[in-house]
Amino acid sequence: MAKELLKGNVAFAEAAIRAGCEAYFGYPITPQTEALEHMAKRMPELGRVFLQAESEVAAINMVYGAACAGVRVMSSSSSPGVSLMMEGLSYIAGSEVPAVLVDIMRGGPGLGNIAPSQGDYNQIVKGGGHGDYHPVVLAPASVQELIDFTVEAFDIAEKYLCIVIILADGSLGQMMEPAELPEMKKVRSVKERPNWALTGARDRDPNIITSIYMDPLVEEELNRRLMAKQAKIEANEVRFRELMLDDAEIAVIAFGTSGRVAQSAVKTAREEGIRVGLLRPISLYPYPYERVRQIAGKVKEILVVEMNSGQMLGDVRIGNEGRVPISFYGRQGGVIPLPDEVLEEIRKIQSRINASE
Amino acid sequence: MAKGRIVVDETLCKGCELCTSVCPKDLIRMAMDRLTPKGYHPAMLVDPDGECTGCAICAVICPDSAITVYRLVPAEKVRTPTA
Amino acid sequence: MAEKEWIETLIYTKSGSLTELGTHYCPGCTHGISHRLIAEVIDEMGIREDTIGIAPVGCAVFAYDYFNMDFAEAAHGRAPAMATGLKRVNPDKIVFTYQGDGDLASIGAAEIMHAAGRGENITVIFINNAIYGMTGGQMAPTTLPGQRTTSTPLGRDIEVHGFPLRMCEILSQLDGSAYVVRRSLHNVANIRRAKKAIRQAFEVQRQGLGFSMVELLSSCPTNWGMSADEALTWIEEHMVEAYPLGDYKVSPSIAVTKKDEGR
Repeated sequence: MAKELLKGNVAFAEAAIRAGCEAYFGYPITPQTEALEHMAKRMPELGRVFLQAESEVAAINMVYGAACAGVRVMSSSSSPGVSLMMEGLSYIAGSEVPAVLVDIMRGGPGLGNIAPSQGDYNQIVKGGGHGDYHPVVLAPASVQELIDFTVEAFDIAEKYLCIVIILADGSLGQMMEPAELPEMKKVRSVKERPNWALTGARDRDPNIITSIYMDPLVEEELNRRLMAKQAKIEANEVRFRELMLDDAEIAVIAFGTSGRVAQSAVKTAREEGIRVGLLRPISLYPYPYERVRQIAGKVKEILVVEMNSGQMLGDVRIGNEGRVPISFYGRQGGVIPLPDEVLEEIRKIQSRINASE
Repeated sequence: MAKGRIVVDETLCKGCELCTSVCPKDLIRMAMDRLTPKGYHPAMLVDPDGECTGCAICAVICPDSAITVYRLVPAEKVRTPTA
Repeated sequence: MAEKEWIETLIYTKSGSLTELGTHYCPGCTHGISHRLIAEVIDEMGIREDTIGIAPVGCAVFAYDYFNMDFAEAAHGRAPAMATGLKRVNPDKIVFTYQGDGDLASIGAAEIMHAAGRGENITVIFINNAIYGMTGGQMAPTTLPGQRTTSTPLGRDIEVHGFPLRMCEILSQLDGSAYVVRRSLHNVANIRRAKKAIRQAFEVQRQGLGFSMVELLSSCPTNWGMSADEALTWIEEHMVEAYPLGDYKVSPSIAVTKKDEGR
């Protein structure tokens, strides 16, 4: 399909439709509302389900219900709304049904503002709701990636019977850029739904979907099953992009929009002769720890850039295992760092390296 | 001869005694000489004079679906079971 | 004259829409009666294989162990939202929620209100026993003024805790409600009326008429500190006055229902 000029929020909504999403439940919140509006128009046209819920609490539980029926279902929201969904996400995780969520992050905490932020990293990547679980988290840095990852999210969710969250921010949601949408995929018929789905116990034993196991040993069994699943996810689903790391002395590590800003800074720094490269984690869970470890074995310093107070920083430290110094540059509250600000940080690190040699 | 009889499933009965209070003929007693697997005295039909009509009122109030009811029905009126 | 022939016939036995498992409910708890009535209605309508139930958080959390059909377990109070999701993608199935007073009228007040307001084509069985059973007898949104619970040890003081919520009265105000009635389980006659109402509610859903709810005044002998029989009397003497039985909303499309049948 040809490239067209698409707004991020509209792009991922349409991508989900083309990936076979049969139901969307959501609640308006800036800066992701265009996704809900696109669904409101398109889903009924296609004979699919769109419903504006009374709250994000209800929306995620509607997703939970539809997921139990074995259909491709999603919601999208932004930070304060996603906080309200945490209870439902924990139940979905505990019940092992597939669901997709897009979080178009905005400034916080509290009501915050509607400007782009990466302040939900810990909430999303580390689980967010109660109990032991990990959603798969993918962080796009362009409208094209927003489209591609949304399509992929449905496949991953069904492959592992887990939650997949696309973690993007307000700038990606609002940004317009040329991108290519996928072909329209056929929606599954009721007969093609998975055998665990709640479709009525006809010619089979009843299916039960629950997340309560009063016997701790049985609950532990569920947790072990989730752990085994996570081990598979960690082995198979690590994704990252990198740039000019082969001979780098400095590695910049940044995800999503920060990664995009950092990329400009890295290119300019290279023009100045600084041997710097970029690692942009795509999967925030599973995190590319191994790649960070390898990079830490080759470079002299690491710079982490985020639009928060240093939430991914902890994961970089885990991967680094104390090998090289790590510095952090972040803007908070809905401020996007400028490439020049990141460039300045890279230059400072370069001076430190020069001074020590 | 009694027109009806009940069978109490002692694995389900919890000895709540609701059936004893609703039986129109006062024919249900608690079996104080034994305990169910769950540790309750189960309900039982005591009908020496054959008074049970199989009215199923006991079954309607039983919270545990523990009571099965049989009734003698004229052959021409035999129907499928409902409460 | 030839002697009349009599055949011993099975008049009543456990519903096929229930599993063989005994429940974990306390002796005399009316949850078992509600389960039975729902199961019998499902049997009679022949819809077991097309019905999907949603269990609440509360004493009925394990309802799925007792019903012989597809079932999901919801988060506390969210059953109507979950039912909405399930029903919207399974429009030809019968979807019902089974919720207690804490689940439906307290933590899930928003979800039930909007499911009714949307005219969501689901059936809700609402168990009102004026107390929190599972957590050990705390105040419910339906606890009566003056009623002692473990969180209102001196009795529910309306100056502090406010007044009980009457959900049938509230939900019947919404245009999306097609069938909203209150029945009681305190004696055999009322249990029979309750069953008829449950049948009507499922018929309303089958015909796609909108939201249906049957509230059942129920007992909690354990947390009320009474025998099973005393508890039923307490419903009759105290709850029925606070929560009048009757048909609060009957869509004109359901002509067959006699007004005030439950009173």
